[in-house]
Amino acid sequence: MWLKFEQRTEPSPLMSYLSPAIAVGLMLVSGMALFYVLGRNPFAGFKIFFLNPVKDWYGVSELLLKATPLMLCAVGLSVGFRANVWNIGAEGQFLMGALAAGGVALHFPDSTSPFLLPGMVLAGALGGMAWAAIPAWLRTRFNANEILTSLMLVYVAQLMVSWLVHGPWKDPEGFNFPQTQMFQPHALLPLLKEGNRVNAALFIAIAALIIGWVFMNRSFLGYQMKVAGQAENAGRYAGFSSRRTIWLGMLAGGALAGIAGMSEVAGPIGQITEHISPGYGFAAMIVAFVGRLNPIGIFFASLLLALLYVGGEQVQQYMQLPSAISNVFQGMLLFFLLASDVFINFRLRRMARRQ
Amino acid sequence: MGLDLLTYILFATVMAGTPLIIAGLGELVTEKAGVLNLGCEGMMSMGAVAAFAVAYGTHNYFLAILAGLVAGLVMSLLFAVAALTLMANQVACGLALSIFGVGLAAFIGKPLESMSLTAGTPVAIPLLCRIPVLGPALFQQQSLVYFSWVLLAAVAWFLYRSKPGLVLRAVGEAPVSAHAIGYRVVRIRYLAVLFGGAMAGVAGAFMVVFYTPLWVEGMIAGRGWISIALVVFSTWRPLRVLLGAYLFGGCMVAQMFVQASGIHLNVPAQFLSALPYLATVLVLVLISHNRSNIRLNSPASLGQPFLPDV
Amino acid sequence: MAMRNIALMIVSGSLLLAQAPVKVGFVYVSPIGDAGYTYQHDLGRKAMEAALKGKVTTQVVENVEEGADAERVIRSLATDGCKMIFTTSFGYMNPTAKVAATFPNVDFFHATGYKSSKNMATYNGRFYEGRYLNGIIAGKMTKTHIAGFVGAFPIPEVMMAIDAFTQGMRSVDPKAEVHVVWVNSWFDPGKEREATNSLISQGADMITQHTDSTVVVSTVEEQHKAGKGVYCFSYNSDMSKYAPTSQLSGDITDWSGYYTRTVQNVLAGKGIGPNVWDGLKEGMIKIAPFNAAVPKPVRTYVDKVMAEMKAGKVNAFQGPVVAQDGTVKVPAGKVMSDNDLGSLNYYVQGVVGNVPKG
Repeated sequence: MWLKFEQRTEPSPLMSYLSPAIAVGLMLVSGMALFYVLGRNPFAGFKIFFLNPVKDWYGVSELLLKATPLMLCAVGLSVGFRANVWNIGAEGQFLMGALAAGGVALHFPDSTSPFLLPGMVLAGALGGMAWAAIPAWLRTRFNANEILTSLMLVYVAQLMVSWLVHGPWKDPEGFNFPQTQMFQPHALLPLLKEGNRVNAALFIAIAALIIGWVFMNRSFLGYQMKVAGQAENAGRYAGFSSRRTIWLGMLAGGALAGIAGMSEVAGPIGQITEHISPGYGFAAMIVAFVGRLNPIGIFFASLLLALLYVGGEQVQQYMQLPSAISNVFQGMLLFFLLASDVFINFRLRRMARRQ
Repeated sequence: MGLDLLTYILFATVMAGTPLIIAGLGELVTEKAGVLNLGCEGMMSMGAVAAFAVAYGTHNYFLAILAGLVAGLVMSLLFAVAALTLMANQVACGLALSIFGVGLAAFIGKPLESMSLTAGTPVAIPLLCRIPVLGPALFQQQSLVYFSWVLLAAVAWFLYRSKPGLVLRAVGEAPVSAHAIGYRVVRIRYLAVLFGGAMAGVAGAFMVVFYTPLWVEGMIAGRGWISIALVVFSTWRPLRVLLGAYLFGGCMVAQMFVQASGIHLNVPAQFLSALPYLATVLVLVLISHNRSNIRLNSPASLGQPFLPDV
Repeated sequence: MAMRNIALMIVSGSLLLAQAPVKVGFVYVSPIGDAGYTYQHDLGRKAMEAALKGKVTTQVVENVEEGADAERVIRSLATDGCKMIFTTSFGYMNPTAKVAATFPNVDFFHATGYKSSKNMATYNGRFYEGRYLNGIIAGKMTKTHIAGFVGAFPIPEVMMAIDAFTQGMRSVDPKAEVHVVWVNSWFDPGKEREATNSLISQGADMITQHTDSTVVVSTVEEQHKAGKGVYCFSYNSDMSKYAPTSQLSGDITDWSGYYTRTVQNVLAGKGIGPNVWDGLKEGMIKIAPFNAAVPKPVRTYVDKVMAEMKAGKVNAFQGPVVAQDGTVKVPAGKVMSDNDLGSLNYYVQGVVGNVPKG
């Protein structure tokens, strides 16, 4: 007698909702086991990791601050992922968006125009889109796998940031340190509340979530892309252009990642340095999956992942555990999710041994 | 003096390229079977930390390499279960593995961060090492460098001259047909993935035991991702993996030598560092453009899950 | 009777209050490890804690990346009750300033930066003084008259190091040349190794670094054992453990005096004090013990120069200081000002290559 996977006749809606919950539960349990194995009190670990970060308003605002770029990137990516367009280069598009927006800010150091910030948002979106357009073009024109091209471009983007902050954009008054000037006050996103760091980008992110939801669930184009992703041939027979799907998928991801990049450099960082992204582009992919490629899910998933980041810092400070613990949790979460997702489309069946 | 410098550069290039060759060949076999494992960085990191721990504890470098191999293998097993048995999205699984592997390695390696190893002793191949210029560059290297060449020959022979290799390639090209003939597609893919993981682990071990004998978080510094790029750049052919690895490795070391000599290049260092990635994109475009060409090179079913008994 | 008990309670209560240890926070940019920049800060911290036993407790957060997250960590230390916070990397400058503005009752100390305020002071070490002495040893012992320098970023701190080393070396060997390789990172073992090898391939037999890993000295040791006559000087920590036969000396930073003094002053109510830039004289900078290979006359000479530097008679940047392009930056008889040092961006004569401008 052995176990076998049998495809369900229809995806199970129950498992659809249960799966992320199960994954989070498994992650928490494994996390506590990890604390125990490391000789730390698992309950104290749980408290410091998951509860400490939100124990006051400042903590909540930090969580939202951290979640904002994740939300932006993830909703953009999910437009593409739903359509089987695999944009792995969000990190690079984030950086290019940051550079574009930063370039605008640095070019107008004295401007007081109310158009400066919107201009920077636009520049960020365009920068990210331009970077995403490259893999899109290479895929539609040359059939080059967008996973690999977008990934390679991440490295090129990182090197470009490095070149600019070491060279042409280096702050002349910065003692030769690799960083740009601080952006002037009109080029910084307004804070939502004095004393907290969360800024207007949160509204942009929520707007993106809403627009994303409307697009995916209520627009014909969104429908086309969904079909293209789930049943490519059906989509083709129906006349949906796969070319347009690819372009839209990549550009959506690029634009939003670019805006996310802008929100970091025009927000908590206030300049361009070599450390403007702790891997948001890659974490956003986890957010997209955990959020089931659905804007509502993405909202919660980005809060969860932000919590993992901030919790990791807390655990480092109070329990002397390496901050890499965040990555361990993130990886575990994704693995558990992928594993429990299987049960949406498949069920386990006991089979009698073959005679 | 000029020839001496050339020897130095070749030596450094070979050293820098070796982990890329080993991890790249492992990933090549995995991809030839139709599986895209993006978790190379995580597997290399775990291989590195395991090897370092064992090397530090036992001073036996052979055991250390073995430990790295096992660690990489175990990590790839995680991926295999998720992507092959549970049929989850391969891209997502690979990403999860690289994030998880790097984080876990940093974690495990924490207490090791202050330790250091004595560097391994190079093994000189008699006679050959006396060839001017090439001799000291190529034949006075660490043992794993020679292993990388042997590995290349073995992988090439396996893929193109042996029956199991043919079966593996068939599984990568047309898994449904292979299944119909009776080959155990999932099992073959498992083996390919495990081999890839083992090699990534060995490559990671090389980094910390021979290349820079210390461990620190982030040691692998993107070499896992470079190895994945390398496989594409080499159009999935083993010999080209070697050449590409030395090319990538050369790019990495060249800028140091240029600087040290006092020559001022007007090209920014970052541009030189970007060349391997740009070259990879170019190669990808060139081979993908011609649809029949790509059929000759990249495994047709790369990245797609295989559902048995459908 | 009751009055006496109450009095006793009040007295012991206030004694207890006075004795509650003060929390002091430390933010490190890298793991502590067992050698390097952060390790030296941590040694200083431990020394301070031992000297002020019972009066302070310390809270350490290591490996905090410079960037948006640093602000959160610094702030978290402040809200957690730290009365003094030391942030030990340049990249923490802006976050420290921001948090300092919101916590006027906490004292902040930032290393290697240039912003200060009512409750934020800076501290730094004259690392270049040790470099000058190392340069003398190099100049006396080099056979090829070429030295190699592995640098991180072309910021004034590193430029001072390179130039001081060159000045020292050429003060005893006018033919000496210093080649520089930039790795664009404070810590990148792979690149540091390649940089070291490339310098050795150029004929450098005296190698030093302004980066944080032990790979430079261990690579030199490897080559030394293979028969090449190459030697090294460590930075921040004594790394002779990793290079027992080839490390001739090094440029050591000792923060313990500064930390103890500073914390004591704040506890005694004397305030945060001035911005500090200490060197050999104050005991913040030292050189590592001489390797057995360093001959006695060299040792005597170096000790003499060190004594003269401590007495102010000799300065690493005493005139004439001539830039690579020939301009006289400091005429004979004068000494470079602290301001000019703090913005140093040129090579002196003797350094080969161009300062990267990107």
